[in-house]
Order: sequence, then C-alpha cells, then structure tokens
Amino acid sequence: MISFDDVDKSWGPNHVLKKLNFHVKPAEKVSIIGPSGSGKTTILRILMTLENPDEGIVTVDGDELWNVERGRRIRRETTQMKLTRRKIGMVFQQFNLFPHLSAIQNVMEAPIQVLGMSKNEAHERAKGLLDTVGLGEHLDHKPPKLSGGQQQRVAIARAMAMRPKVMLFDEVTSALDPELVGDVLDVIRDLATSTDMTMLLVTHEMRFAEEISDRVVMFDGGVAVEQGPPQKIFQDPDNERTRRFLKAVLEH
Amino acid sequence: MVWDRGAVSDSFPLLLAGLVVTLEITVLGSLLAYVLGLVFALIRRLRVPVLNQAVYLFVEFIRSTPLLVQVFVFFWVLQPAVGLPISAFASGVIVIGVHYACYTSEVYRAGIEAIPQGQWEAATALNLPRTRVWSGVILPQSVPRVVPALGNYTISMFKETPLLLAIGVQDLLNRAKEYGAETFSVTEAYTMAGAFFLVISYVASLLVRRLESRVGQL
Repeated sequence: MISFDDVDKSWGPNHVLKKLNFHVKPAEKVSIIGPSGSGKTTILRILMTLENPDEGIVTVDGDELWNVERGRRIRRETTQMKLTRRKIGMVFQQFNLFPHLSAIQNVMEAPIQVLGMSKNEAHERAKGLLDTVGLGEHLDHKPPKLSGGQQQRVAIARAMAMRPKVMLFDEVTSALDPELVGDVLDVIRDLATSTDMTMLLVTHEMRFAEEISDRVVMFDGGVAVEQGPPQKIFQDPDNERTRRFLKAVLEH
Repeated sequence: MVWDRGAVSDSFPLLLAGLVVTLEITVLGSLLAYVLGLVFALIRRLRVPVLNQAVYLFVEFIRSTPLLVQVFVFFWVLQPAVGLPISAFASGVIVIGVHYACYTSEVYRAGIEAIPQGQWEAATALNLPRTRVWSGVILPQSVPRVVPALGNYTISMFKETPLLLAIGVQDLLNRAKEYGAETFSVTEAYTMAGAFFLVISYVASLLVRRLESRVGQL
C-alpha cells in the first residue's frame, strides 16, 4: 500500500532519512517509535506531501506520490500528486481544526468541497462520524469550546470523512492532558479493529502501540534500526539502541 | 475675539452639508482601500508574476510621496491626460482610497501571516482546492482580526479629507472656509469644523478600541 524506495531527506546538517526503504501492506497497522528527531514524523509528512524528499520514490496504493532525483527540480502539487493524496488522511499532534467552524462544519468541509457531496449528505455523514467518536452532543460547538481530547476526536472524524485508504497519526496524544488520552486512543483502537484502513502511527504510547500494531518499527538516526511484531520488539528486542530507548521511555 | 452664537446656528446647515461630503469620501475611500488592499496583499502573497513586482513598486511609490502631491498629480496631470472627466469628489475618493490601500495591504499581509502553519497543513491534508483554502480557511480567520487596524486607517483617512480642499471638493473644511469668507465669522466656522472632527474621530476610536478587545478574545 505504501512504499518508500531509497528516500533521502536532510534538514541542513541533520540527515533525517538515510536511503529509507520502507513498505507497508494494505490494512497493515504500523507503529513507528524512536527518539525525537529521528525522522519518524518526516515519514508521515512526506506521505501527506507537507515535505518533499530530497531523493527517492514514494508510492501509495500503486500510484506515484514522489519521484525525486537529486539535483532535479522538485515538482510540487502535480495533478497526479493531488489524486494520490486523496487516498491519505492525517491527524496532527496539534489537531489543527479550523477554529472558526463548528465541529460538524469542520467534518463537512472537505466532503463538500473536494468530493462534491451535497450539504445534506455531508451533514448526515459528519453527524454519524461525530457520534462514533463520542461527540454527538457537541456538533455545533467551535473548537475553542472543546477540550483537547474532544478536538482531537473531531480531527479524527474530519479525516475519516474523506474515507482514506491510509491514515496517518502524528503523535496525536502528545499535546493532550493525560486524563484525555484514553478517549482518543479508544477511538483509534476502534478504527484499527473495525476497518481495513492502512494505519501508520508515530507514537510515544508504547503500550497502545504494542496492543494495536501488526508491526513496530524502531527509528533512530534516519534509519529503521529494527522492526518486527510488537511482542518481539517490546519484549525481546535484538538491537541495542531499541533496548536502550525502550528502557528509557518505559521507566517513566 | 467675540464668539457669535448666531453664526454658530447660522453656519450649521452649510457645515453639515460639508460633513456629509467628508463622510461620503471617508466611507467610499475606505471601501476602496479595504478591497484594493486585500487584492494587493493577495497578489504579493501569491507572487502573481509581473503584477507582484508592479504592486511592490506602486506601494513603495505611494508610501514615499505626500498625499497632497498624489492628489494634484491625479487631478491636474493624470486625469486630463487620460481625458476622462472625473469630478473633484470622485478624484478625491480614488486618490485617498488607493493611497490607503497601500497601507491596508500591509495590514492584511500581517493578518494572513498570523495564521498558524497547521491551518495550511490541515487544508492540504484534506485536499482542499487552493481557492477554497483562501476563501474558507485563511481569510475568514485573518480578516476579522484586522478589522480594528482597518478601522484606525479609516479614522486617519477621515482626518485627511480636508486636503481635498486643494482641488475644490466641498468638504467640511471647505464649507467652513467659505462661510468664514462670506460672513467674517472665521472663529466660529473653523472652531465648529474642528469640533465636528474631534467628536466623530473620538467616538470612532472608542468603537475601534471596543472592537480590539473583542478581537483579542478570538
């Protein structure tokens, strides 16, 4: 479903992705863990076309998203890219809801504007989605009136409204107060078990990653240092860096 | 110096007529400045080829020359050269409106830049078309925030309309001057003109301050 072939990316002297080769199967749930600055989020941002790779090929569902040769001009916002991008949805650490729109308008916006759905149909669907994420009572509230956890659940509903084949979750609980994390994780767990969406999660919630993932990838220094089934990675990692990282995060 | 109460009531209708003209110019000029300023800001931000550079040069030119010179150049040089008979009133609206558009464009630019990067990224992630990102996401958030700043420019504009006396616009100051010349009640006429400006500017600035505190809560 997703493939990164020899993808390279640097931020000045910081080499965040080193010739990355990374493949995700349809319906697979993959968690990406690792220390901050290790390039985890960059993988999601390249998929969402928020960043461009310096080099390499990225495809989604068989369609090319990026094909960059080093030194060549990078072509952004091509028609092909826009079409491919429709298959992807993303939930952000900072929610990024549209603050001037109510919860339901946030969810209705893209189906109306991008899919050309009628207002009534979009409203029905948005209402259904907001019910699913437990916000049926808050349809007309604007984001500033909602808690962080509620905002993040609206953001999940908003991304789901486009029926993406691939969902990207970028540290979606990192900005939340601890007591609000559970509700958001419940929603994601439901999605993971009830849909055949391909899911890619960058997360610091190790127990959650272990529970819902088919595969866990440990990232450090721009490379995947180790990957495998969650039980293997969390209980008995082979790589020294993985062991040290897990020890550090699980002790807290 | 004697204060003639009779002159106050006597000049009132004439001054009021002048005030109406002053307000008309302020309102029309503001509308022009609000719309054109936004157009300028968008051309600059979207880096529209050629127009971007043209707007840049034009704004620099307007901001580096006195408004009175612009009024004269437009009314005595440009307008006859083009051969369109534009009245002094309309010329005043156009020159003042365009002049202030060069300032409001900066206000809009700041308002647009204040929108967090995450809003653009969310719009990209939802695949919203560019035009919709502007009309549905960016402008509805940035424009309300800049309304107080626009209001302040309208107040400045209101106070600068007397300049148009130089091309014969029948504004408040011109009417006061006219009344003074005819009746020699210069003191009353100019004092009242000043008082009109004072009252209206002061009330307007109170309104803008209230708007500012509301916007602060956005």
